[in-house]
Amino acid sequence: MLNIKADFPVLNRLFGGDAGEPGMALHYLDSAATTQKPLSVIETMDRFYRESYGTVRRGVYRLSEKATAEYENTRKKVAKLLNAASEKEIVYTSGTTQSINLVAYSYGRKFLKPGDEILLSTIEHHANIVPWQLITEMTGAVIKVIPVDDTGTLILSEYAKLLTERTRIVAVNHVSNALGTINPVKEMIRMARQANHFNPQDPTRRGAVVLIDGAQSVSHMKVDVRDLDADFYAFSGHKMFGPTGIGILYGKSAILESMPPYQGGGDMIERVTFARTTYQKPPHRFEAGTPAIVEVVGLGAALDYLAHLGLDRIAAHENALLQYGTRLLSEIPELRLIGTAPHKASILSFTLEGVHPHDIGTLLDEEGIAIRAGHHCAQPTMDRFGVPATARASLGPYNDTADLDALAAGLRKIIEVFR
Amino acid sequence: MSRSHELYQQVILDHNKNPRNYRVIPDATYSCEGHNPLCGDHITLFLNVGADGIISDVSFQGNGCAISKASASMMTTFLKGKSSDEAKSLFKEFHDMVIGDLDPDVQETHLGKLTLFKGVREYSSRIKCASLAWHALMGALEKQVSATTEA
Ligand SMILES: Cc1ncc(COP(=O)(O)O)c(C=O)c1O
Repeated sequence: MLNIKADFPVLNRLFGGDAGEPGMALHYLDSAATTQKPLSVIETMDRFYRESYGTVRRGVYRLSEKATAEYENTRKKVAKLLNAASEKEIVYTSGTTQSINLVAYSYGRKFLKPGDEILLSTIEHHANIVPWQLITEMTGAVIKVIPVDDTGTLILSEYAKLLTERTRIVAVNHVSNALGTINPVKEMIRMARQANHFNPQDPTRRGAVVLIDGAQSVSHMKVDVRDLDADFYAFSGHKMFGPTGIGILYGKSAILESMPPYQGGGDMIERVTFARTTYQKPPHRFEAGTPAIVEVVGLGAALDYLAHLGLDRIAAHENALLQYGTRLLSEIPELRLIGTAPHKASILSFTLEGVHPHDIGTLLDEEGIAIRAGHHCAQPTMDRFGVPATARASLGPYNDTADLDALAAGLRKIIEVFR
Repeated sequence: MSRSHELYQQVILDHNKNPRNYRVIPDATYSCEGHNPLCGDHITLFLNVGADGIISDVSFQGNGCAISKASASMMTTFLKGKSSDEAKSLFKEFHDMVIGDLDPDVQETHLGKLTLFKGVREYSSRIKCASLAWHALMGALEKQVSATTEA
């Protein structure tokens, strides 16, 4: 097992110690919302501000040249993490949300025609639903939804039926943030490719692209975009030990090349005149304006930290904790786990009989336990399971069995209070 | 559980478990669905107001946490027999209390038992739970069919 709490300053602070009390350690169980930051990321960003800060891709002075080199170096690290063919396939965005919006507004608006179909799953985050709804209003395309079974597993036979020659975009998450289900995205991409071989004579056939929302996967498991054959892969820096304000869109070169700019501004152009403006090649075509320079550098440090821990070790650690936590929570009779798929990441979503998730969240907080309570920006998932909200404990590599023991003890106490 | 003791008092837990006036008024003069978009909770408030402006019946139904349910339950018992103008000024007092602008321990209020909810001012994420039913009430008095805590 990993033992890395010491790397994370916030996990070593004591909270709420007013009135002379010593305070409590934090049991942080909300990594699916955002991860805590290791000292190396905090220090890298701090040092960069103090020693190396300057604008990127514009300045002719050394400070800017050096900043640019660090800034672009993160792109190489991301390409390596994903096994992308080239760093030109790595677009900096502000997060998963912007990455998906970029694809919807650029690719979707250019290629979607009335009656074209976008396939989403029932268990998507709103960030992978709402941009597509906005695009269907502009293009006349329609959204079809892949159903899930009672464990929270996508029903692939239904997916197969939904894949037709009208399918243009398939957008699904790799791991569901509300349930923890790991979706079989490699198989789903393969199926999407096959579906488009059905009718090669059809002149309307333009092929479907597949976008994977990787917000909940990249810091928990090895992701190889070429092995998956994903067309797009989106994720956020702040859920992988990096800062907020920086995210990634991976896109296959040929597809990015075919896409128009998403936003206009500085840094994304080749030549501007009032008569006509030409655009940079990807990825810079999609990066208008002064970017989140220090955040990109911070993400680079986060990727180094991930590499130092090793994704295999992280996955093994989290899986062991998931098994432990599942067992512990299953022993509480009033507790219902929501999301019991055979392939799950380290997310435990649950309800307690007679206690609303918000009350669970507030009362656990008194014990120094931070969990998420609510709909997790996945209201269709809540509707599917017939609950307005769930409580969710989500794990990171810094968690240990003591965090889960505290959770279980806290829950038993709450059941007593509400009895 | 120190801070939360002030919030999760026995009265609140009791109203959560056995909410009063938890029913539909089929021919209500007004009804309004209150939403808390932050958490997705919602309750429907039913209101009968006589020609004299007096609230003759008030009830609610819906889904929410202990704080929002107890608040709705206690609000409905408190409002019966009061005028709609009184209800509006109670909303203001209640609202000011939960956001911390009115301290019932030092200032005079007309909130009676409802001052129990003063504890939520310590929990910025829960203030809207306590005020959800009140937003629905104001919506109903203003003849709207839906209201939100994000006014
Ligand atoms: C599966 C999934 N997709 C998308 C997002 C949105 O990420 P962000 O808010 O960082 O853009 C999240 C974050 O909660 C998520 O869990």
